[in-house]
Amino acid sequence: MANRIILGIVAVLLVIAAAFASFYIAPVERTMGALQKIFYFHAASAWAGMDAFFLCFIANLLYVWKRNQKFDWVAVSATEVGLAFTTVVLITGPIWAKPAWGIWWTWDARLTSTFVLWLLYVSYLLLRSLIEEPDRRALLSSIFGIFAFLDVPLVYGSIRWWRTQHPQPVIMGGPGSGLEPTMAKVFFFSVLAMHVLMIFLIRERYILEQTSSEVELLQREAEAL
Amino acid sequence: MKNFDSIFAAYLIGWSVFFIFYLTIAKRSSDLRAEVERLKNSLNRNK
Repeated sequence: MANRIILGIVAVLLVIAAAFASFYIAPVERTMGALQKIFYFHAASAWAGMDAFFLCFIANLLYVWKRNQKFDWVAVSATEVGLAFTTVVLITGPIWAKPAWGIWWTWDARLTSTFVLWLLYVSYLLLRSLIEEPDRRALLSSIFGIFAFLDVPLVYGSIRWWRTQHPQPVIMGGPGSGLEPTMAKVFFFSVLAMHVLMIFLIRERYILEQTSSEVELLQREAEAL
Repeated sequence: MKNFDSIFAAYLIGWSVFFIFYLTIAKRSSDLRAEVERLKNSLNRNK
């Protein structure tokens, strides 16, 4: 319990420090002005969300291979947390886009593939809610989760492969791309903060899944009496 | 600060999503722990 509280406090302090750094340490961007401050929150959330889905993918593969219930718990926990981060991305993106582009939304490759990703993982949770038997639920949702993850490389590559309204990549974007050194430091610090928050939330969600499984076990025991 | 309302909205809504998500986990967790206790007590009484 003490470890959980410490991790929670560290996560909150880091995200506060990251917000402070993005407002008071990172320089103001020349073209967009202060509006670009949303980038540190938006892009760091996107990175953490993708990594949560990657964790879900690995857990799904391991479940199909080993059939250990714990991998299913990790997968569903990472999916819910990944969805929370992707929801933040889909909300902060249009708030940034409206003053920058003059529109809230456009169906370009990056925005559309991200929205499809969100829908796929919502479907993953819906699928789970429809199946009562735990082993069957875990297997079918693992197979679905493995296929859902195919959209993640598409989201990553969309701004590299196609011409999009969404800005071209500034991290690992090739020649001519990149961030001013102080901006880069603040950005990577924000990414770190979001990842600590992601780990904290996945851990909390995993404990919830453990308790849920304990309830199912006790209910079966009570029915057998 | 230009576009302050957009920046404020992005951060406020973003943090609210995480906060509400955490609250739902805490609520579900507390309900399930109560259910575990209830089932354990019920099983002990029936044994």
